[in-house]
Amino acid sequence: MSDFATIGKPTAMIDSAQKATGQGKYTDDIALPGLLIGKILHSPHPHARIVRLDSSRAELLEGVVCVVTGKDAPNKYGILPVGHDETALAIDRVRYVGDNVACVVAIDEASAERALDLIDVEYELLPAYFDPEEAMKAERDLIHDSRPHNVEKEYHHVFGDPERGLSEADIVHEARYLANEVTHAAMEPHSTIAAFEIDSQTGQPGRLTVWSSTQVPYYLQHTLAAVLEMAMPQVRVIKPLVGGGFGGKSEVIPLEVIAAVAARKAKAPVKITYTREEVFWAHRGRPRTIVDLKIGAKRDGRISAVSARVVQDGGAYCSYGVVTILYSGALLGALYDIPHIRFDGYRVLTNKPACGAMRGHGTVNVRFALECALDEIAARLQLDPAELRRHNLLQPPCVTVNGLRVLSYGLPECMEMVVERSQWRQRRGKLASGRTEKRARGFGLACSHYVSGAANAIIRSDMPHSTVNIKVDRDGAVTVYTGAAEIGQGSSTITAQVVAEVLGCCLGRVRIVSGDSDVTPVDLGSYSSRVTFMSGNAAMRAAESILNQLLAAAARRMGCDPDELAIHDEIIFRRDEAHKASAGAWSMSFDQAIICAIENFGALSASGWYSPPAEARGGSYKGAGVGPSPAYSYSAQVAEVEVDEETGHVTVLNIWAAHDCGRALNPVAVEGQVIGSVWMGLGQALQEEMIWKDGLIMNPGLLGYASPSSAESPHVEAIIVESVDPEGPFGAKEAGEGSLAATIPAIANAIYDAVGVRLNEAPFTPERVLAALRAKDKTHRPGTEHDAATTPNRFREHGGALRISGKGQQRHESDAIHVQQAERGDQ
Amino acid sequence: MTKELIELRVNGRTHQLASEPNRLLLDVLRQDLGLTGSKRGCDDSSCGACAVLIDGVPMLACTMLAASCQGAEITTVEGIASEGALNAIQKAYGEWGGSQCGYCTPGFMITVKHLLENNPEPTEDEIRRALSGNLCRCTGYVQMFDAIKAAIRAEQESER
Ligand code: FES
Ligand code: FES
Repeated sequence: MSDFATIGKPTAMIDSAQKATGQGKYTDDIALPGLLIGKILHSPHPHARIVRLDSSRAELLEGVVCVVTGKDAPNKYGILPVGHDETALAIDRVRYVGDNVACVVAIDEASAERALDLIDVEYELLPAYFDPEEAMKAERDLIHDSRPHNVEKEYHHVFGDPERGLSEADIVHEARYLANEVTHAAMEPHSTIAAFEIDSQTGQPGRLTVWSSTQVPYYLQHTLAAVLEMAMPQVRVIKPLVGGGFGGKSEVIPLEVIAAVAARKAKAPVKITYTREEVFWAHRGRPRTIVDLKIGAKRDGRISAVSARVVQDGGAYCSYGVVTILYSGALLGALYDIPHIRFDGYRVLTNKPACGAMRGHGTVNVRFALECALDEIAARLQLDPAELRRHNLLQPPCVTVNGLRVLSYGLPECMEMVVERSQWRQRRGKLASGRTEKRARGFGLACSHYVSGAANAIIRSDMPHSTVNIKVDRDGAVTVYTGAAEIGQGSSTITAQVVAEVLGCCLGRVRIVSGDSDVTPVDLGSYSSRVTFMSGNAAMRAAESILNQLLAAAARRMGCDPDELAIHDEIIFRRDEAHKASAGAWSMSFDQAIICAIENFGALSASGWYSPPAEARGGSYKGAGVGPSPAYSYSAQVAEVEVDEETGHVTVLNIWAAHDCGRALNPVAVEGQVIGSVWMGLGQALQEEMIWKDGLIMNPGLLGYASPSSAESPHVEAIIVESVDPEGPFGAKEAGEGSLAATIPAIANAIYDAVGVRLNEAPFTPERVLAALRAKDKTHRPGTEHDAATTPNRFREHGGALRISGKGQQRHESDAIHVQQAERGDQ
Repeated sequence: MTKELIELRVNGRTHQLASEPNRLLLDVLRQDLGLTGSKRGCDDSSCGACAVLIDGVPMLACTMLAASCQGAEITTVEGIASEGALNAIQKAYGEWGGSQCGYCTPGFMITVKHLLENNPEPTEDEIRRALSGNLCRCTGYVQMFDAIKAAIRAEQESER
C-alpha cells in the first residue's frame, strides 16, 4: 500500500452537506425574476403528417405569452454527427407518441396547461412500426426517408476467421436472447431554464444563458449555438446539481432547445421541467435487443469463436444509436480472449421514443446473452463456470482481435474474490437439495467490463478530452476550474482529492468551481465513465505544474534546488533533512510557500489536459472508433437467488460484486458506484421493463415502472480489486458502469442453478419464470440440459411485441431475406 | 381561481400568503416560500422525494393541499439541521455514501428522522421497511442502511 494522504481514503463527497440539508440547487430549484413557464404539446399519434397547426386560440388566452412551433427552430440536430435527424419541435411529421409538436409559454403552469388544449392540430395518420423486425420489411412510409427499410445503420464485422473457429469447435452453442427496453428513471426529471441578456450595443437579445440538468454541458452549448444560429461564445451553459443521469441526460433533450427558442421568442426567461410522465416519453433508454448468438468451444472450455447477430429497437430517431450498436459488437472483445468474432448489428427505427445511452451503454444486453451462453457451455462440458472463464483470460498487455488495447486486467482477481467470498465451490449446485417446500436456491456467476471513457470524442476534433485549470492566489485557496459534469457520481470530489494529493495540501483548501462554460474549461461530459480517468489525469497535470511553481519559489527562499524538496501535509521540507521537518530553515509551510511564489511570479495558475494516446484509439475498420478506451474496468459477480416454484417469483438474496477499478481513489465512491450499478442491473434482471402497446407506454410512472425499493434490494457486497492502470490517474479506472452488465446473467445463471430453467428473456418476471418452469416439466427429458421450450419464442403480447412465427434458425433465415432486400435497395 | 389568504407554519416560522385554494403544499413551499429542499420526482405520489413532516408524521407534500395544512407544524429538510450544523444522520449520509446525486436525500432525511424518533434502535428489517416509500435511483440503498446504523452509534456515543 502506497502512502497517499488523500487518495484511497474514504472521503465524503464535498457537496454531501448541501444535498443532505436541501441547500443544493438543482435546475428546477432556480427562479429568475419574470420567469415564464413552458409546457410542451406532444403528439398523440405514433406516426403522422401534420396537415395544419393553428395556435391562434391558445395565443389569445390570458396569461399566455407566445406559442413556439417547429418553424421557430427548423435546424436539425442530433448528438452524433452522422445522426442529425431531430428538430426541437416537429416540422411536418411526428414519429412517436409524445413527439414534440408545440410549446406554450405562459406566466404560470396552469395557464400554459389550459392553452395546450386550445392548439388545433390536424394530423394525417401514417402506418407505424413498433417491431424492429417488421420495420425492416417496410418499403414505404419510412420513418425517415433517408433510411431504407428503416435501418438506421448496420455493421458487419469479421475479426479473425469465425467460420474456421466454429468448425474447429468441439461444441457449438446457439440460442436467441432478448432483453426488453429499460429506462434510466433518474430521480430528477429533466429541467432547463433559458434566459437572454440584452446586448448593450444593439439593444437586441444578446447572450443566452442556459441552466440545465445535463451530463454534457459542452455538447449542449454546441447544439444550442447550431440550432439557434448563434456563435458559441454567445451561449453560456451552467450545470447546477444534477439529480442523476445514467445516460438519460447525456445528449441534448428537446426541452433544452425548446426552452432557448421560447426564451428568444417570449423575450423573457423560460423554464421547462418535464413531468415524470414526459420523462418516460422522452426517455432514450436502453433499447429492446435481440441477440442471436453462436459460440464454439473446445472440450477444455476454450472459446474458439463467437458469432453474434444483434438487432436493436432504436425508436424514431438516431440518438446515440450508431454508437449503441457498435458498442454491442466492440465489447464482445476485451473481456475474454476470443480469437474469432463475427458481428452483425442492426440499429432499426420504429415509431417509439428514441433509445439512447444508458448505464453500460450497448454492452449490457449482449453481455447477458454471452454470459448465459458460457454457463450453458460449461454445463455441457461439465466444467465449473468459473473454471471455464479462467480458460479464456486475456494475457495483458495485449491488443484484442478487434483492436482494443488492454494494459491492466484485474478480472482473474475479481473472479477469485467472488468465488471465495460467496463460498461458490461449497455452495453452488448444492442448494437445490436443501430446498424448503417449493422454494429453491441457486448460485450464478458472470463477468463484465467497461470502458474508462471513449477514446474518441463524439464530435471529431483534436481538442483535449478534459482540461482542468487551477488558480492559487493570496487567499491561499486552491481553486480548481473543471468542466467535468458532477451528476452524483462524485467527480468534483475526485478532482479535489487528486489536486490535494499532488499538492500535498488538505482537502479543505481545495475549492471546486465546475460546470459553467464561461468560467470552466471544456470537458466532454459525464458519459462512458470517462471523468475519473480523463479529468483526473488533467487535474493531476495541472496540479503538478502548480506544485513545480511552488517548489521553485520555496527552493529559492530556502537556498536549495527544487529537486531537493518534498511536500507532505502542507509542509515543504528538504528531503535529505526530513527528520528536521519542523525546524525553521529546513521547512516551510504551504501558506508561506504560496506567498513566496506569488511574490516571485504573481498569482499561480496552471492548466492540465488529457487526451487518450493514439495507440488506444482502435483499429482502422469502419466503426472502429467506438469501443476503444485508454483502459477497461473488470467485474465478476456471484448472485444467490431463491425461486418460488409456485409463483415464479425470484428473490435475490445476495450479490458479491468484485470490481477492478484500477486504484480506488475514493473507496466510498467506488463502492457506491458498484452497488448502485449492481442494483440497477438487478432491476433490469427482475422487474424493470417499458411496456408498449401500439406505441403507447403502458407504465409511464415510477409506480408502474417499478425499480426495486429498499425492501426488496438484496445485500450487495462490493469488493474492490485494484489493478493500478499504468495510464490512469494514480492508476485509477472506471467504476460507474462496468458492474451492471454482470448482474443480469449472474441472476439468470443462478435461476438455472436453482430450478434448472434458462431464462433467455429479461426481465425474469414471475410469469416468464413460471412459463419456463411449466415448459420444463412438460418436456424435460433427463440428460438434455437445455430445452428449446424455454427459449423465448413468444413474447408478451404488448405493442412492439416481437411477433415471431418461427424461432431460432427459422427466424434467422427470414431475417436474412430482409437484409438482402435492404442491400438491393441501397444500390 | 381567486387567491385566499392562508397561514402556514414551516420550520418554526409562520408565513402568511395568498394562494389559490387548489395549490399543492409542495408548490407553495418551493415557489412561494423558496424552500426548494423538498423535491418533486414524480406525478403520482410514488417516489417520496417531496416528503415533509406534518405534525411529526411524514407526508407527501405533492399530494396535500397547502390550505389543508393550516394550523399544522410543517418541517421540511431545511428545518432538520441542528443549529446550523449537520445532525448525526446528515453527517453519516455523507460519510457512508448514503446520497450520490442527492435528489432523493431530502425525502430520506425526513423519513429517517421520523423513524429514529419513534424507534431509536431499528433492526435492519425495520429500516428497510421504513425506507421503502422513498425511491433512490443511485445508491442501491445499502449505503443508507450503513449510514443509519452509524448515526445511531454516533448518537449513543454522544449521549454517554
Ligand atoms: S413527488 Fe414523488 S411522491 Fe411526491
Ligand atoms: S442519491 Fe440519487 S436518487 Fe438517491
